[in-house]
Amino acid sequence: MLNILTNNFGTLMSGLGYTLLSSLIALVFSLIVGTVFALMEISPAKWVRVIGKTYVEVIRNIPLLVITMGFYVIVPKYLLPVDGFTAGTIGLTIYTSAFIAETVRAGIESVAVGQMEGARSVGLSYAQAMRQIVFPQAIKIVIPPLGNQFINLVKNSSILAFVAGFDLMYQGKIIANATFNTFDTYLVVGLLYLVLTMPMSYLMRHLEKKWVTA
Amino acid sequence: MHKLKLWLTAVALMVVAGVAAGCGASVADQDALAHAKKTDTIVWGVKADTRLFGLMNTKTGKIQGFEIDMANALTKQVLGKAAKATLVQVTSDTRVPMLKGGNLDAVIATMTITPERQKVLDFTDSYFKAGQSLLVKKGSKVHSIKDLTAGTKVIGVQGSNSVDNVKKAAPQTTVLQLADYAQAFTALKSGQGDALSTDNGILYGMSQQDPGYVVVGGTFTKEPYGIALNQGQTNLRKALNKALAQLRANGTYERLINKWFADIPGFDIKEVE
Repeated sequence: MLNILTNNFGTLMSGLGYTLLSSLIALVFSLIVGTVFALMEISPAKWVRVIGKTYVEVIRNIPLLVITMGFYVIVPKYLLPVDGFTAGTIGLTIYTSAFIAETVRAGIESVAVGQMEGARSVGLSYAQAMRQIVFPQAIKIVIPPLGNQFINLVKNSSILAFVAGFDLMYQGKIIANATFNTFDTYLVVGLLYLVLTMPMSYLMRHLEKKWVTA
Repeated sequence: MHKLKLWLTAVALMVVAGVAAGCGASVADQDALAHAKKTDTIVWGVKADTRLFGLMNTKTGKIQGFEIDMANALTKQVLGKAAKATLVQVTSDTRVPMLKGGNLDAVIATMTITPERQKVLDFTDSYFKAGQSLLVKKGSKVHSIKDLTAGTKVIGVQGSNSVDNVKKAAPQTTVLQLADYAQAFTALKSGQGDALSTDNGILYGMSQQDPGYVVVGGTFTKEPYGIALNQGQTNLRKALNKALAQLRANGTYERLINKWFADIPGFDIKEVE
């Protein structure tokens, strides 16, 4: 097992780098896109709600692989050239954003209606009330489930392997095929994913303690 | 009474599961030929995504191709007319682990005999002499392996030795590895790479399916396909080699080659036999 790691250290580290990069990009953008759609889902305007709900329902009910292959195969054929890494990261972002939207929406809706009503009655606009009163309370509720989504996101980034995105899983497959040592290779790959997800798990727990109980 | 029965059933199931697990671990070391004779079948790993060699017919749900016919003919030649080949789908990626894990007796899946593979597997004599080539879109600037310079991208398939050959023959090009040939061809069609490189037989199959893509530049490697077996399965290897020679002698081999490859333009049957 150790010689798999030492003999292929460079390859594995480059894979780890691509996985980390893709995960970070997808994390930031899925959080932004997800929050926007969450706000759309609870918007007072009906047509905005319909758009938000449709997006979330459609995206979260399609397998990640299908979304990613769509970006890898269909988009470059008819629209603009997208390579495997980009297609995988976009697919990951869009897929995760639907789940984040649901998480954030649930968080906002769990804040008592009276909070919004009270804020509006003292003269705050809808946007002001949302930003200053409801959102800060919702964030605390949302942190634990959001942590789950982020961990899923890092693991789901292995989708890049299917579109030649040079990530950890892709390199793992290549090493497994070159060495014929499938078992040890995937063991190492699994451990390297742990290296990424464990600190994240701890960070989320830390934030939970700090913000939720405060 | 009822409870006792349940208990006994549970214990019996556990024993069975335990025995099955125990067997599973050692299947790879058993004599595959003796086991095949007992069960009257050989379990073959075959391709289901490779036109001409092994391709799933989506209408009938059956896999068809030269290697499928070979697997059937070899099984009957080794075990007798009543025997049937059991076909299990593999990809370039899964065929070695599945064989090593004892899920398969033999793999006949466009697998080149290479020194690296011979360290962990045994091969029969070659049944098809392929050579690696390039598939490009009609009118492409790439005419041979020499045109694959820096900035070009070549698509290959994970677990096939063709990706290593490309890296050797054209070190400056970027190699993109996809999971199977169907995906690789799809990627080429959507412009993810400038060329798709693997063995000529497979490429001609793709070109037959979509004439907008052509095989160019001739072959730049020799890829003799062999049937892969677990190391130490000498009895099965000898039996298959004997059967292969018999099929060549009685004309079955010739008939099967002609059945699949005779009417493919640009393909020289004499080269592969």
